[in-house]
Amino acid sequence: MKEFTYVITDKEGIHARPAGELVKLAKTFSSNVSVLKDGKKADAKKVFGLMGLGAKQGMEITVQVEGDDEDAAVAALETFLKENL
Amino acid sequence: MAENVSGKKLIGKTVYNGITMGKVLVLRGSQEQVRRTKITDAEQEIERVHGAVANAQQQLGALYDKAVKEVGESSAAIFEVHQMMLEDDDYLDAIYHVIRTEMVNAEYAVAITGDNFADMFAGMDDEYMQARAADVKDISARLIRNLSGQGGVDFSSMEPSIIVADDLSPSETVQMDKEKILAFVTVHGSTNSHTAILARMMNIPALIGVPVDLDEVYTGMTAIVDGAAGEVIFEPTVVQCNEAEEKIRNDKEKLRLLQELKGKKNETSDGRRIDIYANIGSVSDVGYVLENDAGGIGLFRSEFLYLGRDNFPTEEEQFQAYKQVVQTMGKKKVIIRTLDIGADKQADYFELGKEDNPAMGYRAIRICLKQPDIFKTQLRALLRAAAYGNLSIMYPMIISAEEVKQIKAIVAEVEQELKQNEIPYRIPEQGIMIETPAAVMVSDELAQLADFFSIGTNDLTQYTLAIDRQNQRLEDFYNPHHKAILRMIQMVVDNAHKCGKWVGICGELGADTALTETFVNMGVDELSVAPPMVLKVREKVRAM
Repeated sequence: MKEFTYVITDKEGIHARPAGELVKLAKTFSSNVSVLKDGKKADAKKVFGLMGLGAKQGMEITVQVEGDDEDAAVAALETFLKENL
Repeated sequence: MAENVSGKKLIGKTVYNGITMGKVLVLRGSQEQVRRTKITDAEQEIERVHGAVANAQQQLGALYDKAVKEVGESSAAIFEVHQMMLEDDDYLDAIYHVIRTEMVNAEYAVAITGDNFADMFAGMDDEYMQARAADVKDISARLIRNLSGQGGVDFSSMEPSIIVADDLSPSETVQMDKEKILAFVTVHGSTNSHTAILARMMNIPALIGVPVDLDEVYTGMTAIVDGAAGEVIFEPTVVQCNEAEEKIRNDKEKLRLLQELKGKKNETSDGRRIDIYANIGSVSDVGYVLENDAGGIGLFRSEFLYLGRDNFPTEEEQFQAYKQVVQTMGKKKVIIRTLDIGADKQADYFELGKEDNPAMGYRAIRICLKQPDIFKTQLRALLRAAAYGNLSIMYPMIISAEEVKQIKAIVAEVEQELKQNEIPYRIPEQGIMIETPAAVMVSDELAQLADFFSIGTNDLTQYTLAIDRQNQRLEDFYNPHHKAILRMIQMVVDNAHKCGKWVGICGELGADTALTETFVNMGVDELSVAPPMVLKVREKVRAM
């Protein structure tokens, strides 16, 4: 398993559109991808759960990836977060 | 059932004139009761959910494509999000769980699950997330419609229809083929609603506040909508039909005569001329401008780029939109009004907060001068687009010459940046809106700084008469032809002409044909009106 943390810089946080794009990206990998915030854990392949975290600007999230393509997934997710959130 | 409404006149509030007769298409809200029934085969019920989801995915995909074309990618994204919500396993598993454990029908399971998820969002301490409850309800309602076969309103094969509904949302109207809408009749809605704006643009009758019981009308029945009389008649009698047909014939004849005015000059019999331009609010409205032979666009409300989304439009997005419009209009003038947000036009991401008196609040140019980053992004896009056609800029809600000087300083900064980065641009003609009594009183000073004036009579009237147009109790006091307003217009025209500048009118008064002659006599140079009014005003001018 691999994990990394990221602090949201986008003013709106993980709202509908970026959440949807994140799900789209996570689904391209076979690994399990989870996003954690304040002890709450959401499956990054499910848009409701992800939005339900209520992650806003300035908050830290932890991304956990576990599976065969976890290296590629971590790289892609980190890039996505930096560019979009 | 239908006997109750047959032949009876129902009176509503007119949003747009015109008369039409045709088949009714009733759109029902999603609030309809979902029945709970016991089932015996859970897997068969789950199979039905799969079918409904697949249909919904297809519908949303089509909606997305249509919305991208008509309102742009950013506004269309919501339909893509809806698609993802429908793929969410938590949501689907919850539905299956209800079906299996309670042995109930799919419709009921979807309704319960939708409510639960909506409650989850509604309970979050974040306004944006709270608003997502509406999205959950929306997708659940879509599934229920598909399940119960009420998804039957297939807009792609819609016949020409009179749309009857409780109220209409943009997501509903975007699905309709605009060519096939004969009229709008709604129980609720306001004269400023999306539907109202659409009706004015499309030149079709529209009534709101009509006390019609949606249980008593049905799709396929005949109705007459008479905008001028403010009435709708369901299942009209033969006599009523004949009367309506005659009115429709007269209307058509008038319209035909108006069409003959296309290509003709806006000139009085003694050779005086006035320009007649059109007011529009989105890129797709440009078609109506050309179709009605307007001489240009006198007011292009740039708010469409900012509203109905959740973050600021980028410079590139704005540049592309402006460029498309000026290129489509060729040599004709396109006057783009900078951002006029605030008052009744709100976008959450501006974080404007609630004001006691928004019409006199933090809005329009005041936001732009206080938050120059927002303003500069728009100015850069405008200056760049100006290189591609006959674009002019106009600034709203000005009260002093100092403001115009500040604007000019910001424009100079933007120009410097563009020049340094070697980005093509042009400094276009820049005018100001005269919509405050203060601007009228100092119009002599303003005329030295601005290239032109455009009088916004809606706000000018409300500020001058101290009458809130939304307050129905004041209707008896409201006189749009008040002498004070007409004197102000004369004063503005005189001050502008002394400096060799031109003056237009872009408020509702500009389209008031009872005043066309007065305006020409005052020396007004241009009138900007809703596209379907262009030829009517031209007719009036030519009859002088």
